[in-house]
Amino acid sequence: MKSAREPVRRGFVHAVLGRSDYAIIGEWVEPGSRVLDLGCGEGELLQWLAANKGVDARGIEIVPAKVQRAIARGVSVYQGDIDQGLADYPDQAFDYVILSQTLQETRNPLKVLREILRVGAHAIVAFPNFGHWRVRLAHLFTGRAPKTKLFPHDWYDSPNIHFLTVLDFELLCRREGWVMERRIFLAGTRKIVFLPNLFAETAVFLIRK
Amino acid sequence: MIVDTQFVQFESLELDCGATLAPVDVAYETWGELNHERSNAILILHAFSGDAHAAGINREGKPGWWDSMIGPGKAFDTNRYFVICSNVLGGCRGTTGPSSINPATGRPYGRQFPVITISDMVRLQKKLVDYLGIRRLLSVAGGSMGGMQALEWAVAYPDAVASAIPIAATARHSAQQIAFNEVGRQAIMADPDWNDGDYYGKRPPARGLAVARMIGHITYMSDESMREKFGRRLRGKEQFGFDFSVDFEVESYLRYRGSQFVERFDANSYLYITKAMDYFDITNGFGSLAAAMERTKARFLVISFTSDWLYPSYQSLEIVNALRSRNRDVAFCELQSNYGHDAFLVEVGEQTEIIRGFLANTFEKVRG
Repeated sequence: MKSAREPVRRGFVHAVLGRSDYAIIGEWVEPGSRVLDLGCGEGELLQWLAANKGVDARGIEIVPAKVQRAIARGVSVYQGDIDQGLADYPDQAFDYVILSQTLQETRNPLKVLREILRVGAHAIVAFPNFGHWRVRLAHLFTGRAPKTKLFPHDWYDSPNIHFLTVLDFELLCRREGWVMERRIFLAGTRKIVFLPNLFAETAVFLIRK
Repeated sequence: MIVDTQFVQFESLELDCGATLAPVDVAYETWGELNHERSNAILILHAFSGDAHAAGINREGKPGWWDSMIGPGKAFDTNRYFVICSNVLGGCRGTTGPSSINPATGRPYGRQFPVITISDMVRLQKKLVDYLGIRRLLSVAGGSMGGMQALEWAVAYPDAVASAIPIAATARHSAQQIAFNEVGRQAIMADPDWNDGDYYGKRPPARGLAVARMIGHITYMSDESMREKFGRRLRGKEQFGFDFSVDFEVESYLRYRGSQFVERFDANSYLYITKAMDYFDITNGFGSLAAAMERTKARFLVISFTSDWLYPSYQSLEIVNALRSRNRDVAFCELQSNYGHDAFLVEVGEQTEIIRGFLANTFEKVRG
C-alpha cells in the first residue's frame, strides 16, 4: 500500500498509471483546478492529478474496498452511486468532471451526462467504442452478443449495460447542444485519426455546455 | 509506557442553559510530542462512557479504551502526532461533573449540577486546547458521542480544526436514540437509592444504573454479533433452572457488564451526559444541516458501519450529503462489520488504513 506521503513519480501519466485514457486526461486537466472523478476506483488518477497538477481532487466510487484504498491514498472519495450521487453537489462545483470507462455502465447515461455538465464546467468522458471493426465483425460472424478484447464479458455477466459508438456520442452531443472542445481516439496507445468510429478502441472527449 | 492523567483547572465555564460553572477541572492525557509549529495536535473525543485514558497503560495497568488505534505506528501515530484526550464535562473520571464538590455547599453537586450540552463539552475542550497553546488542531476525531463532539468542533470553531473524523455518529439524536436513553434514565431514577440524585456517601443506585447499562449494551451490539457471541447457550448448566436465576449466557454477560459498570461510573453522570446527547442537534440556530455545514472549513472523513443500528449509516450520510451540498471536502466510507455500534472500537484494521492515509494527507496540506 502506497502511503499518501510517498511522492508519485512525475512524468508522462501513462508511465505512472498505465492507461492511455488517463494519459490524455492527465494532459487536459488544468493545474490547480477542481476535479471530480466518477467511478474513481482506488483513486490512482486523482492522486496523480493532486500530486502533479495541484488539483483539488474528489471522487465517487461504489465498491467499498476501493473507496477504502482511495481514502488511504489521501484522496477524498465518497462511497456512493454515480446514478444518484451527483444530485447533492451544487451547480458548477467543479472545473472538470471525469467519467472514465464508466458511461456504458450507468443506468441512465443521459441523466448522468446532464448532471455532470450541471456540476462541472467541463466533462471529460472516455468510453470503449462499440463501433470498432472487431466488435462489428464479431457480431456479424458469430451471430452472438459480441465478445472482444475490449468487451470481454458474456452478455449475462457484463457490467456494460448501455453500448455506444463514437458516432452515437457525437450525435448526442449535437442533439443536446454540447460543445465538443477536444476529442482523441485511441487504439492501444496509438492515436487514431482516420475513421475513428471504425478503428478507435477508446474515445476521449472534452465537452461543455 | 505508563501514562498519567493530568489535571488543569479553569476559572469558569459559561453554559448553554445560562448557568456558569466555577471553577471547572479537566482531566486529560497526552501522547507523542507537539512539534515546533504546533501543527500536529489531534484531539480524541471519547464516547458516552469513556474517559481521558484513551491510550497507553495507566498505573493500574489498564490499557486505554482506544489503545488499538492510538500509539506508535498506529492509526493515530504518536511518533508523528501529538494526541490529546480529555474526560468530558459532566463526566465522573476527573473532569467536573455531578459527583464533583459544589463550592457553594461543600457537598457533591448531585441534582444541583446544571444541565449541560455537547457544545458545553466542546467549549471546555477549547479552553484545554488553548491552554496547551494550540491554535489549530490537525484533527478532531471520535466515535458515537465523540463523533458528535467532532462535528460540533468543526461548526463552532471552524478556524481551529484542519480536519474532523466523526465515526458512527449523527448530526442529531433520533427519536429511537432518545428513547433508549430515556429508558436508561428511568431505570436509574426508579431505583429508590437514587434519592433524587443525592446518594453520595450513601448507597448508590447500583441496580438502576446496572439495568441502564444492560440496555445500552444491547444497543451497542447487533443481532448477528449476539447470535455469534451467545446464541442460546446456557450458562453453567445443562437444563433450564425453572427459576429466575441466570439461564442464558447473554443474561450472564449483561449482568456482568451491568455490575462492572457500577464500579466505575456515576449514575448522575449517566443522566446528564445522555441528556446532553439527546439535546444535540447541530442544526440548532442554523435552520438546516446544510447551513450548519457551510460554517465548517475542515476536511472531513466520515465513517459508518453496516450493522450499526443505533447510529445507522443514513445518519452519517445526512452529514456527508449536507457537506457535499456546500462543496466541502469530505471522504465517506461505510465499513462492513457485524459488530453493530461497537464496531468503532473493535474494527481496527480498516479504520487504521483509512485514518492513517487521511491524516497524512491532511498533515501534508497543513504544512503546505
